[in-house]
Amino acid sequence: MDFELILRVYPYFLEAAVVTIELSVLTILLGLACGALGAAARLSRFALLRFLGAAYVSVFRGTPALIQLFILYFGGPQIGIQLDAFEAGVIGLGVNIGAYMTETMRGAIVSVDHGQTEAARTLGLSRAQAFRKVTLPQAMRLMIRPLGVNINAQIKGTALVAAISVVELTYTAQRYIGSTYKPFEMFFIAGILYMIIITVTGKGIAFLDRKARLP
Amino acid sequence: MGLDFSVVPGYLDTILIGVLWTIAITVCSAILSFFGGILFAVTALYAPWILRLPVRFFAWLFMGTPLLLQLFLIYFGLVELGIDLPAFVAGVIGLGLHFAVYNSELIQTAILAVDKGQMEAARTLGCSRGQALRKVVIPQAVRDVIPPIGNNMIALLKDSALVSVIGVSELTLSSQLAIGRTYRPFEFYAVAALFYYIVNLGMEAVLRKIERKTALSR
Repeated sequence: MDFELILRVYPYFLEAAVVTIELSVLTILLGLACGALGAAARLSRFALLRFLGAAYVSVFRGTPALIQLFILYFGGPQIGIQLDAFEAGVIGLGVNIGAYMTETMRGAIVSVDHGQTEAARTLGLSRAQAFRKVTLPQAMRLMIRPLGVNINAQIKGTALVAAISVVELTYTAQRYIGSTYKPFEMFFIAGILYMIIITVTGKGIAFLDRKARLP
Repeated sequence: MGLDFSVVPGYLDTILIGVLWTIAITVCSAILSFFGGILFAVTALYAPWILRLPVRFFAWLFMGTPLLLQLFLIYFGLVELGIDLPAFVAGVIGLGLHFAVYNSELIQTAILAVDKGQMEAARTLGCSRGQALRKVVIPQAVRDVIPPIGNNMIALLKDSALVSVIGVSELTLSSQLAIGRTYRPFEFYAVAALFYYIVNLGMEAVLRKIERKTALSR
């Protein structure tokens, strides 16, 4: 281990880690929005919406995220979509993780006992009220932990944008490996920073999960 | 610049060879990750601490960092150590180790969930600890986690696209080759996505068959 080198280059990795955090936050927010819409579509009363929801999940989970990103970033201009690499990364990866989050949210919603809806309906709540006031709060509690798994995967998933030259942690590590031929040192720095981001996020999710759990 | 899929058939052979390489790297990595996962699981649970701690540390490291970063480490790290492997082998090692760690987590939980009586009975019948693990406990544990391991293998297929960045000429890199000649990224990446989707469906069908075969009739 060349610690002198590590001390010399780590400030660049810190800057890159900030970009990784930005990418993570934005893709996760977009993913949650797509997931909520997708889950609503999959559970809709209308067959067309159910079909669209199922198609979204199947296509985006059935093909590599890297290819989806390439289609958007390199192929986008051919159909009139001009995005810079960072924007393409956020949109491409956010919509991708949204497909996984759709399934997580749908799973949590359907696993709330059906008797809850029936009881709420019997008490005179409309279908929408029963969903909003009875089913959804219980489902939210159930989905925190599995969404945490999606979020953990997505933080690591942001590394894919290195392939379209967004200067984040993995890209920075790759560039310094290329210029210094010190793969272990560069992996060491980037690895520690990823570990910190993931551990802190994991603790945050565990905290939310504990708070939301029934006594 | 609109879309023009008429350029695709001219490069179909390049793409199809890429599909074969994608299948090859997925199958090789899947096998490595399966047996590697069993090995890691047994080591993490039963080996003396001098083996157990490094394996646990390695697992922790590989679960907390991106696959792409690990691929760069393995590809360039091996060169640094003076081991010059073909990109394909480096890709198989990278993907295989990454998913072995995830499989190992599943298998560890399953091993601990196998009834203690199984081990005791095997020991009573005269098996050594190693034999009891190998012939009684592990087969039951592995059978229980076939479905989630299958999900990992599906993820592996999609993540195999990443080895294109270290120069394995699988489906993604073959598409890039065609794009380099035609400047038609949308068309070729869409075709690549279609082929991934088809392979994915095929793989799901195979996994369902394996699941049915290995499931106990309860």
